[in-house]
Amino acid sequence: MCANHDLLPPSPSSRRGFLFTLGVALSTVATALAGIPIIGYIFGPVRRSAGQAWIKLGPVAGFPEGHTRLATYENPFRVAWDGPTAKIACWVRRVGGEQFQVFAVNCAHLGCPVRWFPQSRLFMCPCHGGAYYEDGSRASGPPPRGLFEYDYEIRQGQLWVRGGQLPTLAGPV
Amino acid sequence: MRLITPLRAVAGWLEARTGLGAAVTPAATHPVPRRTASWWYVFGSATMTLFGLQIATGICLALVYVPAADQAYQSLQYLNDQAAFGAYLRAVHYWGSNLMVLVMTLHMLQVFLFGAYKYPRELTWIAGVFMLLCTLGMAFTGQILRWDQDAYWGLGIGASIAARAPVVGSTLVHLLLGGPIIAGRTLSRFFAVHVFVVPGILIALTGLHVWLVLRLGVNEWPMPGRVVDRETYRERYEADVHRDGVPFFPVAARKDMIAMGVVILAVLVCAAIFGPNGPHGVPDPTITDASPRPDFYFLSLFALLALLPPWTETVILLVGMPLAIVFLLALPLFAGTGEKSWRRRPVAVLSALLILLVVATFAALGVMSPWSPVMDAGTALATPVVYVQGRSPLELQGALVVQNKQCRNCHRLGGEGGSRGPALDGVATRLTRDQLIRQVLQGGGNMPAYGKNLAPAEVNALVAFLETLRPANQRPARTPVAARPVARAE
Repeated sequence: MCANHDLLPPSPSSRRGFLFTLGVALSTVATALAGIPIIGYIFGPVRRSAGQAWIKLGPVAGFPEGHTRLATYENPFRVAWDGPTAKIACWVRRVGGEQFQVFAVNCAHLGCPVRWFPQSRLFMCPCHGGAYYEDGSRASGPPPRGLFEYDYEIRQGQLWVRGGQLPTLAGPV
Repeated sequence: MRLITPLRAVAGWLEARTGLGAAVTPAATHPVPRRTASWWYVFGSATMTLFGLQIATGICLALVYVPAADQAYQSLQYLNDQAAFGAYLRAVHYWGSNLMVLVMTLHMLQVFLFGAYKYPRELTWIAGVFMLLCTLGMAFTGQILRWDQDAYWGLGIGASIAARAPVVGSTLVHLLLGGPIIAGRTLSRFFAVHVFVVPGILIALTGLHVWLVLRLGVNEWPMPGRVVDRETYRERYEADVHRDGVPFFPVAARKDMIAMGVVILAVLVCAAIFGPNGPHGVPDPTITDASPRPDFYFLSLFALLALLPPWTETVILLVGMPLAIVFLLALPLFAGTGEKSWRRRPVAVLSALLILLVVATFAALGVMSPWSPVMDAGTALATPVVYVQGRSPLELQGALVVQNKQCRNCHRLGGEGGSRGPALDGVATRLTRDQLIRQVLQGGGNMPAYGKNLAPAEVNALVAFLETLRPANQRPARTPVAARPVARAE
């Protein structure tokens, strides 16, 4: 049906040529414009990566000296549908007086939850067998470093830590 | 019999309007080499069948599953306990995914050993490698949608691997998790990827893969000495097929159809016998007594990450894995001609065997995970009676130290306990008293130092007990004569 010359791009000077060029240009611009919000949306979580805030863990008196206890807090950046994953745990070691060490539960190797054994004074990881001493330093196994340690402050008898993001080698707490 | 005439009329009417029969018949009946009507050629169509089953059961599950972090777990429990056929469909989806990975691996192995990736089918292989990656992506994201403890900590492992990338590590973690931490936005993201993004790509790639098979023809049975040459291959193939080909449908398709039926029945039977997987425990990260384990397709990677020397991990994860994928993709480009038969490709056959053995060994190790401490050994395992009979009070104190200080999290005693360190049975035949004390206090060789955690009296009792741990007919370890200090020479 169609003659051969219908398949060739029309000469740019003609009316058909103008419409063809306009069609290509308009579609390109429209696609690019639609792409901006899509790319921005997908990469949105990266922009809001300042995910750290001060969180109250509880009264200092709740952490006896010389002991290491599990403390939990709620993710400061939670959304209403986070459910149980809004909760975050950390190991609080009260060295003495106002001196604390607050460790992330996430193993420095690959993020599995380390468990505290008060009798042997070790943290052990169930995944690949990493072990840490009570001061968080690496004792054995594959972890490349000691446990991730939170910044903490004591305000009016309350222990505060700075947290909210998943502790990893790229972004320790 | 009377029905046939109106049915034919309807079929004729439909064919006159759609012309689909005329369009599909040539593809279905295209000639294929006679010897390829073989059981070795059924794995591709079997994988595609399983993919279809996954789509069907996946849509069913999505009718009930709630992709929200606060309700996903309950919706899975509802599927397991209340929805009609809910538990069974979950089981079919789970076993379907297992079998899909398995049959796809067989397909890939067959294609590799039969040299089917060689000229002119390079692109078919490359599309196939991307389909393998997509299928593994489906396996990982599907495991996350189970939204239990394994899912939560599996995400932690995924994010920790991503975090090792230089410069962009933190960006990757946030992109993967949809925020700074594993939470509601993470699950929604993985749901979209598992249900829309990857299946869409997989369907498109399957279309391309099948199109290429139809266009380039089914790979002929490889004969030793029949070498692939870019100049002559296509002509010879066409000539052979025309001389001695059989129509794909029904001659070759018979075995495919049997294999399709067999794999679906296998999934149905497995699902009926073994049931669905999980969910195992609420994904509450404050429950720290979780022992996360991946599904079987990632067990070998899990084991690898425990056994690699720590300093090689990042390099192997971030350079080795991508290089392995690039190697797979490039395989037909640098080995696209030459012999196809496995009888003339010893290196290829041995490489495939070696890779299979390595993956299977690592997966088996992943099941046993001997590197993981037995986290409840201190409270759950009793000290074997033979090791406390006839012991002195001091030695019994030492047995208590072994129990209370969780030594058996890593050391077996009487066959029970962890395998991270050596078994303690017979330790007195290997280490002298001085060596035992040094090992306990200073650690080393993957053992933490207990110097700060044990009082001198405890060390004394512990070592006294350990010195009794040897078979009656074996002598205790002795310091080599040359190493003995001269002043203490007896």
